[in-house]
This record gives sequence, structure tokens and C-alpha cells, in this order.
Amino acid sequence: MTALTAQVAEPAPPPPPDAGAPKRRGVELALLAGAVLISVLGYLYVGIATTGHVPATATRYAGGLAAAALLAHLAVRLRAPYADPLVLPIAVLLNGLGLVLIQRLDATTPAHLTAGDQLVWSGLGMALFVLVVVLLRDHRVLQRYAYLSVAAALVLMLVPVFFPAVNGAHIWIRFAGLSFQPGEFAKILLAVFFAAYLAANRTALALTGRHLFWKLRLLPGRVLGPILAIWLLSVGVLVLERDLGTSLLFFGLFVIMLFTATGRIGWIAIGLLLAGLGAYAVGTFEPHVNSRVDDWLNPFASIDRGEGPGQLAQSLFAFGAGGLLGAGLGHGQSFLIGFAAKSDFILATAGEELGLVGLAAILLLYGLLVARGFRAGLALRDSFGRLLATGLSSIVALQVFVIAGGVTGLIPLTGMAMPFLAQGGSSVVTNWIIVALLIRLSDSARRPRPQSDPRPHSDPRPHSDPHPDAHHNPHPHPHPHPDPRQEGSPA
Amino acid sequence: MIRYIRWCAYFCAALLVAVLVNVARVQVWESAAYGANPANKRPVIERYAEPRGDILVDGRPVTGSRDSGQLLRYERTYKNGPLYAPVTGFSSQTYGTSFVERAEDRILSGTDPGLSAFPLWYDLARGRPAGGNAVTTIRAATQMAAYTGLAGKRGAVAAVEPATGKILALVSSPSYDPALLSGTGTQVKDAWARLNADPAKPMLNRALRETYPPGSTFKIVTAAAALDAGVVTDVDAPTETPDPYPLPGTSTLLPNAGTGCQDASMADAVQWSCNTVMAKIGVRVGLRGMVEAAERFGFNGDGLRVPSWVSRSNFDTDMSQDQLALSSIGQFNTRATPLQMAMVAAAVANGGELSSPYLVERTTQDDGDQVRRGDQRSLGRAMNPATAMRLQQLMVKVVESGTGRNAAIPGAVVGGKTGTAQHGVGNAGTPYAWFISWAKAEGAPLPAVAVAVVVEDASADRGEISGNLAAAPIARAVMEAALSTR
Repeated sequence: MTALTAQVAEPAPPPPPDAGAPKRRGVELALLAGAVLISVLGYLYVGIATTGHVPATATRYAGGLAAAALLAHLAVRLRAPYADPLVLPIAVLLNGLGLVLIQRLDATTPAHLTAGDQLVWSGLGMALFVLVVVLLRDHRVLQRYAYLSVAAALVLMLVPVFFPAVNGAHIWIRFAGLSFQPGEFAKILLAVFFAAYLAANRTALALTGRHLFWKLRLLPGRVLGPILAIWLLSVGVLVLERDLGTSLLFFGLFVIMLFTATGRIGWIAIGLLLAGLGAYAVGTFEPHVNSRVDDWLNPFASIDRGEGPGQLAQSLFAFGAGGLLGAGLGHGQSFLIGFAAKSDFILATAGEELGLVGLAAILLLYGLLVARGFRAGLALRDSFGRLLATGLSSIVALQVFVIAGGVTGLIPLTGMAMPFLAQGGSSVVTNWIIVALLIRLSDSARRPRPQSDPRPHSDPRPHSDPHPDAHHNPHPHPHPHPDPRQEGSPA
Repeated sequence: MIRYIRWCAYFCAALLVAVLVNVARVQVWESAAYGANPANKRPVIERYAEPRGDILVDGRPVTGSRDSGQLLRYERTYKNGPLYAPVTGFSSQTYGTSFVERAEDRILSGTDPGLSAFPLWYDLARGRPAGGNAVTTIRAATQMAAYTGLAGKRGAVAAVEPATGKILALVSSPSYDPALLSGTGTQVKDAWARLNADPAKPMLNRALRETYPPGSTFKIVTAAAALDAGVVTDVDAPTETPDPYPLPGTSTLLPNAGTGCQDASMADAVQWSCNTVMAKIGVRVGLRGMVEAAERFGFNGDGLRVPSWVSRSNFDTDMSQDQLALSSIGQFNTRATPLQMAMVAAAVANGGELSSPYLVERTTQDDGDQVRRGDQRSLGRAMNPATAMRLQQLMVKVVESGTGRNAAIPGAVVGGKTGTAQHGVGNAGTPYAWFISWAKAEGAPLPAVAVAVVVEDASADRGEISGNLAAAPIARAVMEAALSTR
């Protein structure tokens, strides 16, 4: 694990002017080799621990993972040579570990094997990653499709309502024997739309509108409309699909991006207020959500009632059994959690078998991935790119927080997939596309600038905002004039 | 915008820190509490994940383990389950453990720190050593003799080695197969329900956990009390006891089963089991003296462990004279376990010294290295050595030419005492047939065995002969087995 962080703080040699950041593709390749090696060793270990011999699928797994990682690396090397070298290895390692954990849990459910499917989905996700990196030459192209994105997102969100509920939530589409969660993919589309919309309307959101009192202003309908629409969409998702997690994620994403675009604390206050209202109303009237909250407040209530431990209690037992060093791969009993052990509760298996040490390492990998996303956002020079990088990083961060906090009893449990780790095709594919976009964004951010750029030198870690919008001026609102780099507003 | 992106990044970092802190809380701080939660199956799964150690008789295991492939993986098997059930008890995934399975559970399940030289290593490696073994003091031949002797009857046998307290046989009849309770599922639950509902109480360990009125066998305790207290100095002197004997302070007359008890000496009274004489002697010793004597033999003691707990044998401490008279011949509220009466015989055979009975010779690791020895302890003096000598002579006479002739063994010195205990409302129940005895090989320095036999359903014959008819032959078979396996 230490190899992954070895390159982070290394001071770069002063680059020649206009050289941009060092490419560091060799580092990426070395880290990828490490990621594949760790995953393969874990795979072999699980096979030996659960069955006593090397699993027959080991070569398929190792070959598949290595080949996919190599292809992804080649795509990055050829099409995004300046991309951040940490992003791809972290994604590969997390995906590999996820496959290891699912393979381990498959040993406890011989009647229902999923590791093979998950491997196929991972391959598909990495293929899409390559496709996005190769075809999307510039992230700013996405701005043009902002309204198309939001329309597609709405359709994707609404379709599952007409399909039967699974475990109390309408989040699935089923056809041809495959089940797909369109809500997963809608996340990306919404992030693209938010970024484009906010990049175009930053100043309006920050400054215009009739003054009400103190610092509050009523926004013009043109600006306010979409915001209310988003809020209604979140509540609608919650009510129609009973999917608290996705609803929270959308809203949190929107509030974060809104704040990033405008810098107005008031938006956060309003957002939290609206979210609180919505959550309170739904938590009160919706039994599915209500029971989750009760379970969170008192996870052992069902034991006291004599009904045996519920899922959250079993999850806590699993984490507790792991202790500091874990029981070791294949030596835990996380299957006691029941049917969601491979999806929502996959972290419990990681916690029980890898211990606090392994779990913290996994969480730090996520933290590192999110941090690299934010770093790309800081280094980018167009509002859309910055907002998109912030949004995509926040999606990952919020998902990890909501699900990791949920299964460890920090917050009420909401059904959501741990990026890369959890079993679920839609989730893996979606997260690979997010990683592809982050690669593209970080490539743009670190690419050497054309000679016309007034910057005296490039710094991979800017400490000052090179952008004209920088707030070195004492007055608190941003500049009213729009971003010169912006390639037109969504229309 | 840069500043706001940084703030968002800090916010996400704060979320990560919150999750990490909470994970640390759950995995380290709460870990022990979650592990101890009764709803957490992990300790149970781990407990049955490895084969259980064995219980040994004569160096051979009488138990085993079977891989069931279930969640609670290894289930207990028993070789000759009903024979050793009172010793081993059961080890059940559903109902826990009993007797040696419970008393030595830490050894057998591999959790005892004494099983490994470096217990900390197992803490670190998260494993546990293989289950150790418990070597019992039981001898297969003795156990088998007792078991076959009781076949088809209800009753119990307890046999101990007088000098050491080693329990050589522990049989309760009817018995059951503990293997029926191993594992989980409806079969186990049905077996449990059936065994518990059975009127014959096959799961009751009569040798340790059932108390019976000891009847005439208690006269040994009364005689020891009289000799120790100096109430009787010459065992052959007449006692001037009427036949029948009116209980002091009442008009109730206490009869004898046989004849020739009027004014009989204590020697004759023991030999022919005279109720009248021994009741009167008990009254003359007095309540204090009788209670102290009985307690020296182990009556009224709560703390006896062999290592399983043994039911309390009772001798009332607050009685009127007539009740004392009845108690002195093992009636009224006097109650004893078969093991307690074996201890009485053993104390006589061992010169008055009472050894604490025990069942586990030693515990070993899986490879046979010793973990702990069973503790030979003395429970103190039950009577003076001179008293013990006299009582030995009296008991030998019982077998040679008294009520216990069926226990005689050629080539061995055998002392015994019969008993027939009335019980039930108005003494309506079938009397319990008792026999307690000890045996010493000709010329041997130490007695080989002391045994107590009780048969619940001997016969409706109310004479003193039922002890001799029903119980003495079983005692003889057990003693012969013990003498031949020394």
C-alpha cells in the first residue's frame, strides 16, 4: 500500500518554461503493476483460504485485470499523456479489491455466484473508460450537451418507477435478464448539467435578483426555476423510488456545486434547510425510510425484541470482529449480514477480514482519488472544467461517506453502492466513466499552455488562482464579467 | 472559485475523517462489546469450527467429532454414549454442555490458555490451539459392570477409590445417548423434548444429582457418631432397646424388619440392621453430635465439585427427638446422593480419612502433554481411626454372616451395609434398595474400591432383604471389576 503514496509529495524538479507538469506515465505504469499484483495476490489468497487450492479462474482474473489495466494505461499514455498518474492505479486497485471481496463472499453463497459477472462488468467499465479517454478530446465539448444531459437524466430517473420494486426501492430496470440501475448513470449526466448551467449563470446566481432583506435576495425566475426543479427532482426520487441515497447524493452534489460556483453561504443554508424539510417529511411519512432511521438510532433494538440482529447490527458485529488487523481474507463470517453482503455491505467484509488497517487503507485510497480530482479542478482554467471536476470528486466523496457512514452506524443507512468495491454492474461502469472524465480533466489541467498564456511558469500545484476571477480583492462578490475562457453558455 | 473548491475539498476531507474516526470506534473501541453480544454468532461459529478435544477412559477416547458441514461445523459423537453419559454429559450446539463436557469445556474447546506455551501468539494469529483432552478417573471395566448390573432397572452406582477419591464408576439408569443432542435441527429438538418428557428421566444423573433417603445404610454414620462421641464404647454390649421402640415424646412405635433386635448390641444391630437400636443410639448421641458427624461425612455440604456440582445431601439440623430417631436410620428428611453414600463407605475403608471424590485425572494438550492434574484433596477426618477400624469389622460381618451376604467375593475382604428406604406419602412408594460396601484384596495395604448402589424399583418386598437381593450383587460385580483392574 505504501507504494501508492510514495510519489505524492515528491517535489518536482523545476520544469522548463511552458513544459507543463511532468507526464509521469512511467510512475503510473509502475503503480498499475502494483495494483494488479495486490489484487491478484488477494485473489489467490482467497481461493486458498476458502477452498484449499488455487482457484481455477485465477489466470482468467489475473490476465483480464492486467490486460484491461494495460489497455487503459495505453489509452491514457496516447490520448491523455499529462493526466494525473494516481487516478487510474487507484481505480484499478479498488476494482481489483472489490473483485477479491466478491470472490470471497461467493464462497459462502455457492448457489449464487457473482464474481464472474462482476469481472465482465468491470471489463465493460474499463472498455468504456478507454472509449471516453480516446473519443472525448476536450472536456469542454460536454458543455454543449448540458440540456440533453439533464433530459436524459430525467428519463433515466423516471423509467424505474414503472418497474417492480426490489427490496422496497424502485431503482431497477430489467430487460433481457440484466438489471441496471439508471440512477447510477444519471449522476454523471447531472454533474455535467450542473457544471454547464452554473458556469453560465454564476454571476446571475451570485448577484442578481430583487433585494429582500439583510443579504437575502429573491432570484429571477429564470435562475430560480432550475434550482427548484432540481429540488423537486430529489424529493420526487425519494418519494417515487424510495431511494434516499440517490436523492441525498443529487441534492448534496447540487449544493456543493452551487456553493463552488457562487461562494454564497446562503445557498448552503437554503439547501440544507430544504434538504432537512424534505428528509424530515419523508422520514416521517415513508415507512421504508423511517425504519432506517430507527435502525440507526438503535441498531440492537431488534435483538432486545427477540427478533435477532438486523442487518445493521450484523454489519457492526462484522466490523467489530475485524478489530485492528482483521480475521484475514476468507476467515471472517460477514455472510451473516445476509443478502446485501456483496453490495451495500461489502465494506463490512473488508472491515472484518482486513481489519481497521485494511479498511483505513481502502478509505484513504478513496480520499486520494477525491483529492486528485479536486487538484485537477484547482489547476483547470475554465469554470466548466473546475465545476465538473469538483462535482465528480464530490460524487465519489459523498457516495463513500454515505455508504461507509451508513454501514458503520454513523448516519442512517441508505442503499448505495460503494464505488468500485460493491457488486453491481451499473455502479462499476458509471464509476469507470467518472474516472475517465477525471483523467481527461487532469490532463487538461496539467497540459502545458500555449505560448500566448501570460503565466510566467506553470505550477502543478497552484497556490494562487491564475484566473481573473480570483478573489484577491477585498469586496466579497465575484467579478461580474463572465469567464473569458468559457466556450459559450448552454443554450 | 479556487477558494470555494478548496473549501469543498476540506469538507470532503472532514467527511473522510469522520468516517475513519467512526470506523476506529467500531473496530477497536466497541469491538469487545459487539463480540460479547449474545446475538453475535461469531463466537459460537468459532467454537465449533475445529474438532472438539476428547474425553478419555482408560486412555481411550469415548467421544469424537463429526464434520457436519453446517455453520456450527463439528458435532460431538459418542462411543458407547449411554454407558458414559453420566460422566461425559452432552455437548450440543443447541443446548450447550453438561458434566465433564461443561466442566472441562475450556480445555476441550481449545480456549484454555494452558493449552499453548504462547497464548499471546494465538491472540495475534487469531487462531486457537487444537482442543485438549480430559482424562477421566473412570475405569471401563468398573463402569461396564455397574451399567450391566443396572440394566433394565432404575437406579445409580457410584464407585470411588477410598484412598484417593478417584471416581471409578458413575452410572445412572436408565441412560440416554448424548449424541442425540449433538448438532442443530429438528431431530435434536425432538430428542431433547422426548428425553425431558420421559417419565423414566433418562437425562437425570442419579449418581450425582438425585438424592434418596439412604435408609439403613445411614446407620454406618450413626454408629460412627456414637463411637466417636463415646456414647457407645463397647460395640458388643447390649443396648437395652425395646422392640418395637417408641419414638421419644410420641406414641408411635418404630418396628424392625427382622427379629432378634431386642436389647441387641450395636455390632448385632449393624449386622442385622436393627432400626430400634440405631434409632435409640442416634437419640443418645443427640442432635448436635449427629449433625456434626453427618457433616464430617459430607452431608449438608453445598460445595462439592467432581468437577461437576453434586446435589446437596441433607441431614436436618433442627429436629425433635422423634425426628432425630428417624433421621438416624436414614429416614425422615435425611437424603443422600449415591456418591455421598459411596463416600461414607470410602471413609470407613480409608481409616476415617475422607478423600474428595474427583472425576478428571488430568487434562492434556492435543498431543498428550499435561496441562493440569486433577486435585487429590482430603475433606478431613470423618471419624477416628479406631472408630473406622471397628466399623470395618462390623461391615465385614454384615457381608460374611449378616444381611449382605450377596456381596461376598472370594479372596477379598468385603465390608458392606444394606438399606431399604421407605419413601412417598405414608411410605407408599416402592422402597429403594441400597447397598454400600468396600473391598480390599487379601493382603493389600489399601482398599481397592468403595461403592454405593441404589435401585429404585427393586421390588415391593419391604424386608431388609431387598438391599441384599437387588443392590448387593451389582455392588459385588463392581467391586470384582475394580479388584481385577487394580
